[in-house]
Amino acid sequence: MAEMDTSGGGGHKKGPGVKKGKKLSTRVDLTPMVDLGFLLITFFIFTTTMSQPTAMKLFLPQDVDKPEDQNKAKESGVITILLGKDNNVFYYEGQLTPNASNFKSSSFKEIRTVLIDKKRNTPEQDLVVILKPSSQCTYKNVIDILDEMAINVLKRYALVDISNVEESLVKLSEGSAAPAK
Amino acid sequence: MGRAKLPRKSTNIDMTAMCDVAFLLLSFFILTTKFKPAEAIAVTTPNSVAAKVAPQKDYIMVILDKDGKVFLEMDDKGKKETIANSLNATRSLNLNVQAFKNALFVGAPLGSMASFLAIPEENRKGDKLPGIPVLDSANNELVIWLRAVKDAYLGLKEPAFLLKGDNMAKYPSFKSIIDAFKKNDILKFQMITNPEAAPLGTDLWKMNQTGEKRAE
Repeated sequence: MAEMDTSGGGGHKKGPGVKKGKKLSTRVDLTPMVDLGFLLITFFIFTTTMSQPTAMKLFLPQDVDKPEDQNKAKESGVITILLGKDNNVFYYEGQLTPNASNFKSSSFKEIRTVLIDKKRNTPEQDLVVILKPSSQCTYKNVIDILDEMAINVLKRYALVDISNVEESLVKLSEGSAAPAK
Repeated sequence: MGRAKLPRKSTNIDMTAMCDVAFLLLSFFILTTKFKPAEAIAVTTPNSVAAKVAPQKDYIMVILDKDGKVFLEMDDKGKKETIANSLNATRSLNLNVQAFKNALFVGAPLGSMASFLAIPEENRKGDKLPGIPVLDSANNELVIWLRAVKDAYLGLKEPAFLLKGDNMAKYPSFKSIIDAFKKNDILKFQMITNPEAAPLGTDLWKMNQTGEKRAE
C-alpha cells in the first residue's frame, strides 16, 4: 500500500556516546486511511439528494349549478372509471345501464390498455374520462389514475363524486369478485 | 538448461494517487450534500410522471398523512403573523403570535391551538398531534384556515398551493381538502410526488421523444 518515507535523511552524525540501537522501520501503512475515505464517500453519496420532488397540477372546475352551463359530453365518448378499495378499478362506457351490464372490472395495469383502445376508437373532441373515486380507495389510487391521464395524454377528464348507486355496485363487485391479480 | 531467471520486480504500488482521488470525491460530496430537515410529519408521497419541480418558496402546503390527519405549512413568516392576528381578532383565540410565527406547521382544531403552540417544538410530531379536522363537512376547519391565508395574500402575488399526501391516506380526507380549496375559490393546486419516467411506448413517452412540450 501507500508508503510514506519518514525516515529523514540518513547520515546524521552520531552524538558522542549515544548508542543508537537498530534502525526501526518508518514506513506508514495508509490502507486504513483510504478505507475511511471511501466509507465517508459512500455515506455522502447515499445522503445527497439528487432528485427534487416534483409537483403534479390539478385544475378544479368551478361548481356551476345551472345545467346549461355544465359541459356537455357525448355518451359515446365517455368512459367512467371507478376506484374501489385494495387497488380495484372498475369502468363502464357511456351511461350506466340499469342492470349494470356494462360494468367491468379491471386493474391499474389493464386500465391503460382500455384507455388506449378508447382513445384510438373515439374522435378527440368527444373523448371525456370521468374519474369517480369511492370512499374506500387511497390517495395513491387517485394520483395513479391522474397519472394515467398524463401518460396517455388525455386532456379532458374530470374528478367527480361517486353516486350511491355506483358506490353500492363497487362494494358488491368487490365482495364477489376474485382477488385482484 | 538455462536458468529461468525472471528479474523480481517490486509489487508495491504507490497508492498516493488513489488516496488523492478518494479525497477529492469526498470533498465534492461534502460540498454538494444538502441535509433535508428531519420531517416532523412522515409522509410517503406517490410517484408520478409529472416533470415540473415543486416550488421551494412562496407556497402554502397542506399535508395529509396516512391516518388522514391534515396539517398546514407555510414558508412566509410575515403572512403567518397576519394570519395569527386575524384569527385572534375574529375568533378571540388568544394565540401566542410569536410561537405561531415560529411554528413549522399547524395541526390542531382551532379550539386547541393554544395548547398546540404550548408544546415544545421537538415534541410536535405528526403521529401525536390531532391534525386539523376536515372530515365533518359542516365543520371543515381547513376552510377557515385557507380563508385566512387568502386574506393575508390579498392583492399580492398568489402563492402556490401544494398538497403533500401520503400513499395510504383515504379518499374522503382528500375530498374534504379539495372541497376546502373549492370553497375558497382556489381552483389550481399541485400535488407533491416523486418523479418517475414515462413508461415506454405510451403516448407521453412518444411525445417526450419528439421533444414536444407537455401541456402542464
